[in-house]
Amino acid sequence: MTASLTPAGSASLISVRRGGARQLKNTAATVAVYLSFGIALVPLVWLLWSVVSKGLHAVTRNGWFTHSQRNLTYRDPGGGAYHAIVGTVEQVALCTVIAVPIGLLVAVYLVEYGVGWLARATTFMVDILTGIPSIVAALFIYAVFINTLGGQRAGWLVSLALVMLMIPVIVRTTEEMLKLVPNELREASYALGVPKWKTIVRIVIPTALTGILTGIILGIARVAGETAPLLILVGYSPSINTNPFTGFQGSLPSMINDETLNLNNGGTYGLVNGKVQLIHNYAVDRVWGAALTLILIVMALNLLARLIARFSKVNQ
Amino acid sequence: MAKRIDAKNLNIYYGKFLAVEGVNLTIAPRSVTAFIGPSGCGKSTVLRSINRMHEVIAGATVQGEVLLDGENIYDPRVDPVNVRRTIGMVFQRPNPFPTMSIYDNVVAGLKLAGKPKRGELDATVERSLRGANLWDEVKDRLDKPGAGLSGGQQQRLCIARAIAVEPQVLLMDEPCSALDPISTLAIEDLIQTLKEKYTIVIVTHNMQQAARVSERTAFFNLAGLGKPGQLVEIDDTQRIFSNPTERRTEDYISGRFG
Repeated sequence: MTASLTPAGSASLISVRRGGARQLKNTAATVAVYLSFGIALVPLVWLLWSVVSKGLHAVTRNGWFTHSQRNLTYRDPGGGAYHAIVGTVEQVALCTVIAVPIGLLVAVYLVEYGVGWLARATTFMVDILTGIPSIVAALFIYAVFINTLGGQRAGWLVSLALVMLMIPVIVRTTEEMLKLVPNELREASYALGVPKWKTIVRIVIPTALTGILTGIILGIARVAGETAPLLILVGYSPSINTNPFTGFQGSLPSMINDETLNLNNGGTYGLVNGKVQLIHNYAVDRVWGAALTLILIVMALNLLARLIARFSKVNQ
Repeated sequence: MAKRIDAKNLNIYYGKFLAVEGVNLTIAPRSVTAFIGPSGCGKSTVLRSINRMHEVIAGATVQGEVLLDGENIYDPRVDPVNVRRTIGMVFQRPNPFPTMSIYDNVVAGLKLAGKPKRGELDATVERSLRGANLWDEVKDRLDKPGAGLSGGQQQRLCIARAIAVEPQVLLMDEPCSALDPISTLAIEDLIQTLKEKYTIVIVTHNMQQAARVSERTAFFNLAGLGKPGQLVEIDDTQRIFSNPTERRTEDYISGRFG
């Protein structure tokens, strides 16, 4: 191959050597890129494989999506994650309902209107919010709503803490997506006599919609697995509580946490019905099952967002 | 329908930078006026200040008056949104709305800026697309995305979109510079038809194009290195290209400069 590229004659030897060195570098770089990709893929595939292989039989078991863990210990088989799914879905949904409009409007302000010190201050605040650890957000909500205002621990406080974590994700991604919308489209709209607000609502946001939805999903995925606010702001309940505004409420991360505490109990021989028998530790299955359920929920949301994006587009 | 435009003592700024100075010109209704001149001399800037698109850029301002049939569009009581409904614009690069079908692109101005009557939309789409010489090419795929058309078709779609709102004046900012010669010819033919109903102002870098399509030609140039742009002269196109009054125009036309 190299030979065919080099011109015939006395100079060809030098060309071949130079080409060889360049090609060697090229090959080395290509190998390095593929290798890095492979290495980055290892933990992802490993994680997915572990969770699916260990959690699948728990999730597919009868009653996983319809029953709670009420009155069940690690020695008892059965039960499900319904109580935790309800809690996670409610808390994350409440958080999304609050965080998405705020994040969207902040991003629209920054891209379409923001000039001067207020815009700079907003960007700075969003940057700070991005770096806040979830436990700090949780403690802030605890200090305000429980210490100061005298509230009780409940699911909605978790949602408020998650809002603080979700807003910067939404603002950042929406901001980037709005910036990608070509200015020519805005000008085309203005030139038709369309007011600015309507240009934003009907032209700019629809053009960036796919990216904005992806940002929202990323935000949801980011907060759905948060554990610190759950531990601080709501107690874990193995029973079904559909009201996020009062009482303890289960959720998938706190279910994983709770069942993990049982992992070192049992799994050995114990007394069952007067006989010494091997007791299976059912907490193991529940931990993996809850983890897989969490992944499934995020994946389902992802698919939903893609479907919405597809249907909102013109038929290609 | 078509209206006359008078610009009086226009000074156009980007922030504190004076880009164009002292423009006075008159554009007759139902005519085509071409703006020519070297890059950066302010042709597009003047064009954009005729429908208050200039001030869309942050910090950009205009001093002076632009009269539309005697009414100053820079009067503080005038809403720029209404000015732009009356004076349409076609841009250098075709910019159909990517999320919309061909049909929705054409009626975008009506739907977003006005209150269209349901039954009239279909008629408007056909009339505008016929007006833009595009109807026969797209009539069977009006529900397909506008971005799927060729560059020349997209530009004609943008013209259809601009004339769908029935403006009085149509401003064209180098509408053919991104198009091949065949599409350019289609647009030039279209301009000849459109001038029967609209007042047209076209910015072009192509002097042959100015000579072909326009009745009047305005030559813009920088007053000097680092100085603002100015209108050198405006006259009948034939005269500008055969026997201009100003020496600088002749130098530019004959290629001795610019």
